[in-house]
Amino acid sequence: MKVLVPIKRVVDYNVKVRPKSDGSDADLANLKMSINPFCEIAVEEAVRLREKGAVTEIVAVSIGMQQSQEQLRTALALGADRAILISTDLAVEPLAIAKCLKALMDSEKPDIVLLGKQAIDGDNNQTGQMLGAFTGYAQGTFASELTLEDGRAVVKREVDGGLQTVSLELPAIVTSDLRLNEPRYASLPNIMKAKRKPLDTMTPEELGVDVSPRTQLINVRLPAERVAGIIVEDVATLVDKLKNEAKVIS
Amino acid sequence: MGLDFDSARLPNPYLTAEHEEWRTHIRRFFDREVIPFADDWDEAGMIPEALWLKSAAIGILGLGYPEEYGGVQEGIDIWHKNILNEELARIAVGGVSATLMVHGIALPPLIKYASEAISQTVVPPVLAGEKRISLAVTEPEAGSDVAQLQTKARQEGDHYVVNGSKTYITGGMNANWFTTAVRTADAGASGVSALLIPADLPGVSRTSLNRKQGWWCSDTATIYFDNVRVPKANLVGEENCGFRVIMSNFNSERLAMSAAMESSARVCLEDAVAWARNRKTFGKRLADHQVIRHKIAEMKQRINATHAYLQVVSAEIFEGRESAADIALLKVQCSQTMEYCAREAMQILGGIGYMRGSRIERIYREVRVNAIGGGSEEIMRDLAARQLGL
Repeated sequence: MKVLVPIKRVVDYNVKVRPKSDGSDADLANLKMSINPFCEIAVEEAVRLREKGAVTEIVAVSIGMQQSQEQLRTALALGADRAILISTDLAVEPLAIAKCLKALMDSEKPDIVLLGKQAIDGDNNQTGQMLGAFTGYAQGTFASELTLEDGRAVVKREVDGGLQTVSLELPAIVTSDLRLNEPRYASLPNIMKAKRKPLDTMTPEELGVDVSPRTQLINVRLPAERVAGIIVEDVATLVDKLKNEAKVIS
Repeated sequence: MGLDFDSARLPNPYLTAEHEEWRTHIRRFFDREVIPFADDWDEAGMIPEALWLKSAAIGILGLGYPEEYGGVQEGIDIWHKNILNEELARIAVGGVSATLMVHGIALPPLIKYASEAISQTVVPPVLAGEKRISLAVTEPEAGSDVAQLQTKARQEGDHYVVNGSKTYITGGMNANWFTTAVRTADAGASGVSALLIPADLPGVSRTSLNRKQGWWCSDTATIYFDNVRVPKANLVGEENCGFRVIMSNFNSERLAMSAAMESSARVCLEDAVAWARNRKTFGKRLADHQVIRHKIAEMKQRINATHAYLQVVSAEIFEGRESAADIALLKVQCSQTMEYCAREAMQILGGIGYMRGSRIERIYREVRVNAIGGGSEEIMRDLAARQLGL
């Protein structure tokens, strides 16, 4: 069974991002970049499935600039078998990514595509769902548990009301939530071995996909700074302030 | 270039994506598995056993050691080691790395000079984090002057009978073996041999040296040898050639300490700057007072110079032409910079920096062990002057 794990290069979650001075975008110059945490969880899950014997091959793929190779190497160090970079300097949107993945699936024919539920830069939470629509395959989003049994993927989903379990026919699209697993630390031997694993590069054009942006970024600015709170004396004062000052209850 | 731990590091043209990858993973490991607990370990005077096994699993213990013993050597260079030492120092609990990595001074002499049978017995379990080994050179009567050590190993059949004592032995309380410098012939350097002594042999005893200025979580010990019979096969290198065996180690130890000290200075800078940017006195931020701004600028200036020197010396090692004189002087440069930055950072933090629990306070009390251990500043300058032909 083959698993395709798409991953995204994003600014590291520890970094405090600020807008550029002209407000045209977030300022990412010289910041530490990492594999998107949800994507890393997806890689880890694929590796665990292989360790259980349910999966035989893990292919990591990223769509973006050349430097995304670094994050693909991370995926290889964590246990992916090979990697594919679909290289473009354009700012790719979920729609373009989903189209590229669909085109890649036509040749790779994975049994499961295991993605992060969203990336921490755009927080779009769209790629998995769009890929489900393009392929017509079953999708189990926000997975907190994934098991493979009798040729089906059983996904426990984190939904608003609690947990929902769905059983999906393969091939299927699964997106990972935070609680699916806790990714391992890549060991030094595996980091060194990752250097020798195959990493192929192709372009969106080769896949016949137009990745030019469909949306335009107008302006990026910091949210208004929060003013300091106060401590009220009793519940009655709190209720009064919520009603008459904040006007959030009536 | 900035003033926090990462942005204050000078650019290094030698670093590759793999080096950064190594840093990312060990930092995450330390951030999750060590840093939240290290201060408590220090206060408790111990490190949990599990840390050795976890560190072995991700390759920290085996970094740079031959694959046949469970290490990773292929593709590993000095920068991987510097990164590890830098990240270990970022924990800002000196005793953690002193104890966890003490095999770094005890094991290389075995790999280089001991018999294959000895190496096969000792090295794999140490790199796997299952067993420990310490280096035992310093004695109550001989420290920097290694050639004057007095612990005697007298030949008796196919054994040596060892009598004497060793002190300030890092990791000594829990070591399974000691790579020990002993006297096998007359006075002087040419009568010194290196001998691997298992800690469980009859006649070996130890007492804890747990009242130290720093390295609280480190199990430092005094070791006593009372008619300890050690097989001759445990000789490390040839008889009476131990001085070279012991000395061969010092360059890498000093470089490792240097990388850690430079890193400690950067931790001080980071915490001092964060405090100076937030703390208000006399109606403005600390960072807006000229006297504080100059302190920070000078810390950064000295860190830059130290880091640049560290890179030059490391690059020489990378290219296979290490200079003992430069390594010695680098160690002095680093301990002085660490001392200066710990002092200035604590001045900037004031009372809160003096309280236990802050990184500055911990680093402050680790200054001396770095300025003395592995070759004191005085011995380093003396060595450099000699090496430079003065």
